[in-house]
Amino acid sequence: MSSAVKAVLTRPLVTENPITLQILGICSSLAVTTSLNVAIVMCVALTVVTGFSNFFISLVRNYMPSSIRIIIQMAIISALVIAVDQLLQAFAYEISKQLSVFVGLIITNCIVMGRAEAFAMKNPPVISFMDGIGNGLGYSMVLLILASIRELFGSGSLFGMEILPLVANGGWYQPNGLMLLAPSAFFIIGFLIWIVRTKRVEQVEKTEFRLAPHTVQEVAH
Amino acid sequence: MEHYLSLLVRAIFVENMALQMFLGMCTFLAVSKKIETAIGLGIAVTAVQVITVPLNNLVYQFLLKAGALSWLGFPELDLSFLGFICYIGIIAAVVQVMEMFMDKYMPALYNALGVFLPLIAVNCAIMGASLFMVERGYNFPESVVYGMGSGVGWALAIAAMAGIREKLKYSDVPLGLRGLGITFITTGLMSLGFMSFSGLSL
Repeated sequence: MSSAVKAVLTRPLVTENPITLQILGICSSLAVTTSLNVAIVMCVALTVVTGFSNFFISLVRNYMPSSIRIIIQMAIISALVIAVDQLLQAFAYEISKQLSVFVGLIITNCIVMGRAEAFAMKNPPVISFMDGIGNGLGYSMVLLILASIRELFGSGSLFGMEILPLVANGGWYQPNGLMLLAPSAFFIIGFLIWIVRTKRVEQVEKTEFRLAPHTVQEVAH
Repeated sequence: MEHYLSLLVRAIFVENMALQMFLGMCTFLAVSKKIETAIGLGIAVTAVQVITVPLNNLVYQFLLKAGALSWLGFPELDLSFLGFICYIGIIAAVVQVMEMFMDKYMPALYNALGVFLPLIAVNCAIMGASLFMVERGYNFPESVVYGMGSGVGWALAIAAMAGIREKLKYSDVPLGLRGLGITFITTGLMSLGFMSFSGLSL
């Protein structure tokens, strides 16, 4: 594997992570992370769609007039999502029911559109495909971290298998109900961003205002 | 009447698009720095929502649903798998038409909202509302109310968020949490607040 391909694949994992740095694709990452099984299916679906949409958009990039490019991109992306949705309904019906509208929302997931606009429009097909897969993996990583934290502490299990024996089943672990609710996902992502930015100081945002230094007032006599 | 009122309240508060369903988050986080722009975007989203959800409802009921094409002589045709591409096409078209209409007849409003309109086409709150409408099988009047409610709920959330962020920028936030991090945690706290509506019904 050449170094360029490797860089495109690995950079989105931490250095340019789509969720923690580029603020892309947040919507779905929050709603599908209460259990690991569902999260994994979502990750695979999104990675596949991002990879192939980048590939196909890059193939036709020289033939589309720029004024209607958004519509063309959307048509390509929604065709791919329809294929994924039909596959899920055929082979993983239960999980596709749990994901409900979120498979359809991959169309409007900003990662797919964002990478198509930012990368696939300017680069040849193969490297664009790799970029799509890389960004999909970056998204998947955050999603899997979120889902494992939420499932482990929320229902004491991973992949539906009991890890921490619950009080209800005669064990010792009292499940933390907050973890299964909507807000916990925001808190966990917030803290995740904090951890990433403590390690990589260059990602810290500039503030508009700075506190004036604490000064001791001179006593006027 | 009561049924519609209850649906409206549910769509605005109990199932708030931004804070309970997590839809439209990308725009929600990116455009909530100033309160004026946030309100402008909120109004635009509500307007698009009120048009697209009923329109998609009609398309679903008369073109896509299983047996919907019987008036054309195809009683066993089921086109519902084409849903995604139709809804997104309609949303993109409505946004485009609205942009042209506003440019021609309401230039003041166009100048205020113009930049946000393309953003709305890829806002998942809009697509999400249409998909929820189909999944829950709303009829036409219900879809109008639901579109209205989900739009207003989203607008309310982004306006409140912008209000908080305007104050937040004067505070001394830990280094790594600045900007995006603290915004996430604030949104989490707001979402926790909105959960108190969850038992509400009329």
